[in-house]
Amino acid sequence: MEKFEVLEAVAAPLGFRDVDTDRIIPARFLSKPRSFGLGKFAFHDMRYDDAGNERPEFPLNQAPFREARIIVADTNFGCGSSRESAVWALADTTSAPVHVGFRCVIAPSFGDIFYNNCSKNGVLAVRLAKEVCDGLRAQLEASPGATVHVDLPNQTVTAPDGAKHTFEIDDFRKHCLVNGLDDVALTLQYADEIADYEANAKKARPWALDREEAAR
Amino acid sequence: MTTPKTLFEKLWNAHVITTRDDGASLLYIDCHLLHEGSSHAFEDLAVAHRPVARPKQTFSCADHFVPTTGRAAGLSTITDVDRRKKVEALHENSKAHGIRLFGMNDPDQGIVHVVGPEQGLTLPGMTVVCGDSHTSTHGAFGAIAFGIGASEVGHVLATQTLWQRRPNTMRITIDGDLPFGVGGKDVVLALIRHIGATGGVGHAIEFAGSTIRSLSMEARMTICNMTIEGGGRMGMVAPDDKTFEYVRGRPYAPGPDQWDAAVAQWRKLYSDEGAKFDREVALDASSLAPSVTWGTSPEDTVGIDEKVPDPASSDDPSVRARMQRALDYMGLEPGTALTDVKVDRVFIGSCTNGRIEDLRAAASIVKGKKARIPAMIVPGSELVRVAAEAEGIDRVFVEAGFEWRDSGCSMCLGLNGDTISAGERCASTSNRNFEGRQGKGGRTHLVSPIMAAAAAVTGRLTDVRGMERS
Ligand code: SF4
Repeated sequence: MEKFEVLEAVAAPLGFRDVDTDRIIPARFLSKPRSFGLGKFAFHDMRYDDAGNERPEFPLNQAPFREARIIVADTNFGCGSSRESAVWALADTTSAPVHVGFRCVIAPSFGDIFYNNCSKNGVLAVRLAKEVCDGLRAQLEASPGATVHVDLPNQTVTAPDGAKHTFEIDDFRKHCLVNGLDDVALTLQYADEIADYEANAKKARPWALDREEAAR
Repeated sequence: MTTPKTLFEKLWNAHVITTRDDGASLLYIDCHLLHEGSSHAFEDLAVAHRPVARPKQTFSCADHFVPTTGRAAGLSTITDVDRRKKVEALHENSKAHGIRLFGMNDPDQGIVHVVGPEQGLTLPGMTVVCGDSHTSTHGAFGAIAFGIGASEVGHVLATQTLWQRRPNTMRITIDGDLPFGVGGKDVVLALIRHIGATGGVGHAIEFAGSTIRSLSMEARMTICNMTIEGGGRMGMVAPDDKTFEYVRGRPYAPGPDQWDAAVAQWRKLYSDEGAKFDREVALDASSLAPSVTWGTSPEDTVGIDEKVPDPASSDDPSVRARMQRALDYMGLEPGTALTDVKVDRVFIGSCTNGRIEDLRAAASIVKGKKARIPAMIVPGSELVRVAAEAEGIDRVFVEAGFEWRDSGCSMCLGLNGDTISAGERCASTSNRNFEGRQGKGGRTHLVSPIMAAAAAVTGRLTDVRGMERS
């Protein structure tokens, strides 16, 4: 997994509430393998009209925002379906120049599963207060192409106007992101604890662990 | 005296292997359910040369991509190559790793959240995960059950554990007798309207109260299923005699030699008197009307006797903008009576409302009438289909002009090609009315099975309370 430490990049404002993962990548593209480059489908039906032409009013179709690596979104971003393809689509860097790939999403709140999925793919999801997000988007709309500075070790986001906002993130998530760690390897270091737990659980609730289908 | 504990805390504590200083706990997973979306996780596993840690605690269902007609001929009936590969990969990965597969042509096949409880895979006191947000369904049995992403599926396959931070707790107490024509689906939609689509974010929700106790297991599953639509991480109901009776005798339930010990444990699974929740919400069910959604978020719910709301009624500009976008997408004007909305198509099925009780209820409305618009019934599992056919329910639908299909996710999200077309308006018993959810440009109104049945025979959104039934 790619490490995330500090990112200074163009940020795109996406001022829609409740952008669900069906909108981030519509279901009809889910049968495509990840290697296909899912970035081509990111926000597909918001970004393109029925004839496949770009909708000019959609921010990611506007010149300075095409370069964006950061999204500043609104409340409840990534709600709905657990599809990790939503994050793969956002993060995909193989579909440039159509889609450059995002490394960071800033919003007042996120769908829980989406939030988890981000950190498994080197994407930083930052929760900032609604007023701060609204303010950030206003600045980005006023000066398209402005950059935002995100510093994960210090847990800060610096807005185009220079204001610095701190954000919360749990230590483990931060540790994995900063070091680009695959947590399976990490967990396997707990093999003894898992085995001990399991031995006890098999005594306590054998029906839950020793599963055999009853004869019919 | 020990501190009173919530149901959630009891379940959580029983599954924590270790907790790190930073607060993350390593949680043991009793039961891992898979569907076709697991192919990425198996690829990662192969790349890392890791085996599946506990294949006997892992079960797989072909549901999202399977066709709902003509599948006797096997996988070759899936003409779309990408879709066929998804189902094939599930079949092959399951076989290669010794995982019990409920494959496309298995007589017990069905939607993973219908099959889990039906087979007794889901039991009280368990942790259940699946790479699918509606895993919350299984919480109806008094279990910790939640949806995870593909990377987490890989983690569970490799370790049978997950790192989790303890969510906050919320109790939603629903009291009162349900009025005529109002069921589990109406309750959960009304609840999401009440708390909002973000109301449950970060929370483990326990559903309690007299209404919940009076509901069947099927209806409890419907409510827990849609926890995620209110943003909740998981939903659960304390198990009771109804739960135990539902579980008893299922293929993977504890056998006679273990039954009493299991039930004795399960009876301890409730929130103690005085247990503290981070948030409490109450809902009076006795005054509810049948629910229907007008927009593109499940929180866009009203009673069938209400009107399409006006965005001007909100003083939050971002809410107004979202409501306006939803109205434009849905092709609706504020102030329109919901019962004046014409519908083009009806879908009855999904993990929310594809169980036998749902089909029986829908049939009671349809019997002796004719569908005026295309309508389709997709049972939640093959066992549901067979049971319905044994009761003659399929005949009721077929004689009324409905299509009677084989089981799967189908038109809930259309991955298998069962989609609605742009601009088409569908009364659906599924769980999401998002833009494009049932097909690009399709317009979804979420309703209960009897409301969907009523819409099919009248061709419009209809107050089912005014309809005769048999
Ligand atoms: S029926 Fe719909 S919500 Fe349920 S698992 Fe299938 S696609 Fe997901």
